[in-house]
This record gives sequence, C-alpha cells and structure tokens, in this order.
Amino acid sequence: MVGIVSYGVYIPRWRIKTEEIAKVWDQDADRFKEGLLVEEKSVPSLDEDTVTLAVEAARNALNRSPEVNAKEIGALYVGSESHPYAVKPTATIVAEAIDATPSLTAADMEFACKAGTAGLQACMGLVKAEYVKYGMAIGADTAQAQPSDALEYTAAAGAAAYIIGRDSVIADIEGTYSTTQDVPDFWRREGEGYPQHGGRFTGEPAYFTQVVNCTRGLMERLGTKPKDYDYAVFHQPNGKFPLRAAQILGFDKEKVMPGLIVTKIGNTYSGASLLGLASVLDQAKQGDRILVTSYGSGAGSDSFSIVVTNLIEEKRDLAPSTEFYINRKEYIDYAHYSKFKRQLRGFVN
Amino acid sequence: MSNDLGTLKKSDVAIVGVGITPFGEHWDKGLRELVIEAGFAAASEAGVRGRDIDLMLVGNMSGGMFAGQEHVAALVADFLGLNPTPAVRVEAACASGGVALRQGYLAIASGLNNLVLVGGVEKMTDVGGGWATSVLSGAMDFEWEAYFGATFPGIYSMIARRYMHEYGLTRDQLAKVAVKNHYHGSFNPFAHYRNRITVDDVINSSPVADPLRLLDCSPISDGAACVLLTSAENAKKYTDTPIIIKACEQASGTLTLFDRRDICTIDATIDAANKAYLNSHISPRDVDLLEVHDCFTIAEILALEDLGFCEKGQAGKMYDEGQTYVGATLPVNTDGGLKAAGHPVGATGVKQIVELVKQLRGEAEKGRQVSGAEIGLAQNVGGSGATAVVTILERGD
Amino acid sequence: MTMYGVPSHWRRYKERYRLSGTRCETCGNIYFPPRKVCPHCRREGKPVSMNFSGKGKVYTFSVIRVPSEGFEAYAPYVIGLIQLEEGPKVTTQIVDCSPEEVYIDMPVEVCFRKLREQGKEGIICYGFKFKPTTDAILKK
Ligand SMILES: [Zn+2]
Repeated sequence: MVGIVSYGVYIPRWRIKTEEIAKVWDQDADRFKEGLLVEEKSVPSLDEDTVTLAVEAARNALNRSPEVNAKEIGALYVGSESHPYAVKPTATIVAEAIDATPSLTAADMEFACKAGTAGLQACMGLVKAEYVKYGMAIGADTAQAQPSDALEYTAAAGAAAYIIGRDSVIADIEGTYSTTQDVPDFWRREGEGYPQHGGRFTGEPAYFTQVVNCTRGLMERLGTKPKDYDYAVFHQPNGKFPLRAAQILGFDKEKVMPGLIVTKIGNTYSGASLLGLASVLDQAKQGDRILVTSYGSGAGSDSFSIVVTNLIEEKRDLAPSTEFYINRKEYIDYAHYSKFKRQLRGFVN
Repeated sequence: MSNDLGTLKKSDVAIVGVGITPFGEHWDKGLRELVIEAGFAAASEAGVRGRDIDLMLVGNMSGGMFAGQEHVAALVADFLGLNPTPAVRVEAACASGGVALRQGYLAIASGLNNLVLVGGVEKMTDVGGGWATSVLSGAMDFEWEAYFGATFPGIYSMIARRYMHEYGLTRDQLAKVAVKNHYHGSFNPFAHYRNRITVDDVINSSPVADPLRLLDCSPISDGAACVLLTSAENAKKYTDTPIIIKACEQASGTLTLFDRRDICTIDATIDAANKAYLNSHISPRDVDLLEVHDCFTIAEILALEDLGFCEKGQAGKMYDEGQTYVGATLPVNTDGGLKAAGHPVGATGVKQIVELVKQLRGEAEKGRQVSGAEIGLAQNVGGSGATAVVTILERGD
Repeated sequence: MTMYGVPSHWRRYKERYRLSGTRCETCGNIYFPPRKVCPHCRREGKPVSMNFSGKGKVYTFSVIRVPSEGFEAYAPYVIGLIQLEEGPKVTTQIVDCSPEEVYIDMPVEVCFRKLREQGKEGIICYGFKFKPTTDAILKK
C-alpha cells in the first residue's frame, strides 16, 4: 500500500500578534481574535521565501527517514501560491538543495491553499504505479496580504514536506478523494502583489461546500464514519472554519484540536493542512486513523484517510516536531513586519 | 623562494625623490590630477626630466570600480608626459603600492632600469559608501567571503574578536591605537584627519562591525604618492640624502581569513619580515620607527607582533605604556597611519615610504619627527593578509 | 550589484546549497571550498568530493552594521567564521538569533537561505547560512 514514509516541517521564527496588527489600523483586536481564533501568525525573515521554507521542511523529512537516499526520490512537487519566481520552478531549487537531482521529475503546483495536497496525490499515483520509488510533496507558502485587509491577520508562512513510498511507512494512506468546481472566491491576477477575495463568499459556497462534500465523498467510498477517526484535520484559513466544518460533518472538537495550529501560527496556505497533519503525526499512536481534507480556493478539496503504523515511534524524534517550531518564536512589531514583508516604499532590495 | 638575493642583485637601490598629495576628499581632482601632482613633486625634488625615467609603475587597486578607469598606467604615463616610457599598473588590493615599490626595486636591483618612478593612487570618493564597501570587499575572496555579506571591517572585526578572546586585549587598548595615530596625524599637513581624539571618542563612535567602531577604521580617501628610484651609485647625482632600500620583501598568504593557520597572525607579514631581516642584516632592535598597515586598529596590533617588535599577545600593553608615540621607544605611524593620514588604497604602500624617507632625511614636521632616525621599516598589507610587503630603509649618507 | 552573472552562481550550487568540499585521500586534509589541487600534496594529492555534516561552532563573529551593496536591508546582521566539525572553517551569516545571543563556541548548524538577489528582476541566489542548533534551543 502507498503511504507516508516520512514528514518534515518548518515554520519561520518571527511572530506578530493580532493586537499589533490591529493597533496599526485602529481595529478591535478582540473582535478579530474571536472571529478568526488567531492569536498570532508566523512571519518569514527577509532571507526566507517559499524555496527556503520548502528546503528546510524537505531536509527535516529526509532526516526523519535515514533509509531514504535523496537520489531515490523520483518525483518532487512543491505546492505554493507564493513561488518566488513567476517562471522558474521552486521544485528544481529544492531538488538541487537536497541532492535529489538529476534523475527525477519535478514541478511546481498551484491551487491556492491545496497545492500541497495536489502534489501528495500526484506522488501517490506515481508511487502506486511504481514509476518512482519515492515521491516528495511539499506545501509551502509565505502568504501575502494587502495591508489593512482582513487577510493580514492570518496570512502566514510555513512548510511541510512528505515522502511518499511503499516501504517502511509511518502511515498508510487508505484512500483519497477530491472535488473541484469553478468558484472565484479568492484570486490574484498575474503581476499583482496581493490577492483579492470575495469576503463572506469565501465561506458557504466555497470552503464549506468543498470541504464537506469532499470529506463525505471520501468516507462514502471507504465506508467510514466520523467515529472511525481519531483525528480530523481540515484546511485552516482561520480557527473558526475547520471547527464549523467538523461540526457539520459530525466530528468531535477534540479530534480537530490536535491538528488545529492556525491559532498559533496563522494560515500557512499550502502548508496549512499538511502542517496540521504533521502536528497530529507528532502525537499519534499505531493504529490511529486520521482524516485530512485540504481546501484550495478556486475551488476544490482533497481528502485523505490515513492509518498510523508502528514505525512512527522510531522515526518521530529524528527531526524537530511541529511544536518545536511553534514554540521557537520571537515577536516583532508592525514596523519590522513591514520590513520583513518588504512593504516599505523605496525598499532597497 | 630564494632568500639569497645577494647573488643576483646588480646594485643597491636608492630613493632619490618623493612626492605626495594631501590625502582626503579631493572633489576637484580625478585620478590623473592626483598622480600627476605627486609624480611631478617627486621628479622635481630630484631634478629629473621625464625622458630620464625608463619605467613607470602605478599601484592602483581598482580604477575600474572606483572611477570606471582601467588601463591606469598608460593614462598616468601619458598625462605625466612620459610616453613612450613603459608604464605598468600593479594591483594587490591595499598592498598595490607596496608591491609596485617592490617591482621598481627589482627593476633597479636587476640592473635593467636606471630610473624608475613608482606611484600609488586611488580615487575613492567618486562613488557612494555602499559601493566603496563593495569594491573594497573585492580584496577578499569574493565567492566565499564577500558573497556571504562579509565586509572588510567585518573581516578585521572577526580577527579583533578572536584576538580579544585569546589574548585578553581590551577595547581601550584597541582604541589607543587610533588615539595615537590621530595625535601623530595632527602634525601632518598631508593627513586626511588632523583632529585629536580620545579613547572615549573611539569607543563611543558609531558601530561599523562589532567590536570595531568608526574610529577604529581607516577612512575612504583620495590621494597619490610617488617615489623615484635609482641605483645607489647614481643616487648622488639627484640628491645629497639618498635613502637606501635595504630590503623590500613580499610574501603571500591565504586569500580567505577562514583558511589561515591562525587568524590572529598574518603569516605573510612574518614571512616577508623574516626575509627582509635576513637580506638586510637588520633586526627589529635596529629599527628606529615603523610605518605599519593600520587599516583597522587591530591590524596595527597584529603588525607589531608579526614584525617581531613584541611577543604574541603583548602588543596591547605597548599602547597602555605609550611606547608607540614619537619620542617614546618605538614610534609607529608617525604620519598618522592609515587611520588619520587616510587610506587611498593603491597609494598607501607608497605613502608609507614617502613618510619614512621624510623621517630619515629629518624633514618631517615638528611634533612628529623622530630625532636621529637612521632605519625605518614599512609594512603594507593586501586584503586581510593575503599579501604583505615589508621594506627596510636606511639613510645612505 | 549584478555584475557577476548567472553562471558564476550556478557553478557553485553544489558548495553553496549542500556545503560540499574536498578531502585529499593522500594526506587526509579536508577543504572548503573544494580544491582541485591539495595545497599540501600538490601533484601527489588526490582530492575527492565530500559533504559536510553542517554542524559546527562559532569560531569568531562580527555584527555588520555598515553593509556592502545588496545587503542594506539585512543590516545589522551577524557574520561569522564557523569551525565545521570536520575541521575546516567557513565564512557565513548566523541567523535566527539576535546579535547579543551569539558567542564564541556557540553550537550551530547549517540552514538554507537567500544569500542575495540580483536586483528585482534578476535571479535569487540561495545558499547556506548557520543558525543555533535545535538541541541548543531545546535546552533553553
Ligand atoms: Zn593532500
């Protein structure tokens, strides 16, 4: 069976608090904290971008699976909506940095926040068809938000990398299912610096429709019910959406909380559901079943049903945990945030 | 490396004329004006005509990057009216001047040339500070040091930090190097800075690259210096007080700081100095004054140790005791050094020689003349120590 | 500063991305950056490629407050010499800690960062920097 051989995460060190952003725009921080359930978000350093985040996560994944030689990775996909180049793949740089070149296929994925899980599915296909021994799928973003837009409270940075293979897996993937429809809830036109969104239109007709239908579709096909799952991870653009989706689908809140990290680091876009899954894998036991449903604006969802194996115990501590990165933090003020995000006019480089 | 220059040397080499421009910000002068000024001064001192000069050497680090001008030697020869005399640019970063001097020394010593004009020049203030910092960082390994964000002050700061860690050098001792050099510079009409400073001024000046501060660093200056060389036999034709080059030796070390055997020592200085002492039969205790390459305060500390004037790790004490002032046991950088006199990089190595010649002739200004000086030593360093030139001069009368 | 073009960065990927050096099989000396000629053995040397573990400690460091062109936005930043556990030293930036936290002998490990950009339109040059080790952070 195809499964997860290893995983690795990375979150930049800097954080900005919701209060600090609200102060700049004279907004009520408590209202945003209640509405979004986000206390603070991660911010990349000036010398970090989607490429560097992806490489760090990929290296952590390789460190967690000493049996995998990087040269055996036959496919590498990086999902992001913040690839530093418009033309020139992130994936080639990552492949070179982890020494997986030259015998592999690589490409960048883009599907708003679900580009990472799209790569995961592509790897599963290639591995299952035995075209490649291992595939690596990475979701990474340094999300952009227009200053003063509500997105500014959540648009964050983080990455998660997964190695997919057949042998020595820490978790089997028993099934995957996707839904896709044309829903213009969130977009960024070519050449524009910041994304636009449809406000409340991003909710019911977009996020909830896809996440709920996709999750139900997967469970129908596998014949599983919410009670069969020990953990559920939903895409987390904020803290409220995944909890509400869980409620609609009939998952207990306790099953969602271990993978709900948006409250501490914000929305890491393509990294979000994969980081949530990593946080669950950091604590799951053999036999635990995990449901993961990503969401990408535009719109679509990918759902996965995952069962943890006994190998999790021996690999888990070979790389830093999600919690390690969540706790490794330093707060910055909005002035430094503006600098790190290169928002200052006339910025030199 | 042959140490025995004696068997090949055809004649001793003498300096018969020197010329220098004031160092500083010459807004109204370009590279060619600067070097012409210094060149004419040197030639007229010796009463030499252009057609008598059979080789021109120009030490220049980066005419191309500082002024957009390569092919500097031909330009200089042309504007000095020396055509068709061959003219050669010599580049060894901040040691360009010292290496040019050595090439001139070899040309005379070999018997192949009769009269050589050695110049050094740099026009640095036509560009902004960020660019100047970048150009200077070309003197280190661009791909493995500068590329990663290392600057020159950064490289010497790393030396300073390690040195302080290993030998207990204090921040005050380091500051005293700059204080002394500014004191000497205050008597030098050609110095870029003639203001006197205190230890507090240094340690409270703006940070450049911790632990070094602005007043630990030599400035960005424009300037040129020239010396005229001929054989010792011919010297009296041009001057009553020829100064003999007793030794002019050069050595190479690793370009990168990280490849050094010991970053608190510049091996190239030790190697060049040992050869110079050997060939001249002069030892450190014979030397009356020093011109050393204090591009940063820490560099002067290293120089005194590497040249053999004190034990490793002990140079800081000499500054507590004031030993390096004019009038004390070992006057160092009597013109203010790179710190106060200024550091137009290609000119510096030649300027050091001009200063020693003035001192040995007894022509230095009041307040900085070392009385009865007979022997002087100059040390010129390129980069963080990849090139070092050590020259020993003696009165020839 | 875009005067060094694209190929000059590209040909150093191996070393800048993966901290690769050489080991001389004749004398056992290890070099970074890689050397085609062992300066110790010269013609008798047999340099072979090797990768460093990426672990080391701070040998010395400085805080750059007056940067070169292209590094203005990063200032102040920490530059250091790292003594790699295999022996050689490298010049690098030390990131993910404040200048006040860095000390001689601090354990560090390699990370992957942007080194510089060739302007807004040009390529982005990535490579190694160093950061405090995970173990050291966990101990804190
Ligand atoms: Zn060897």
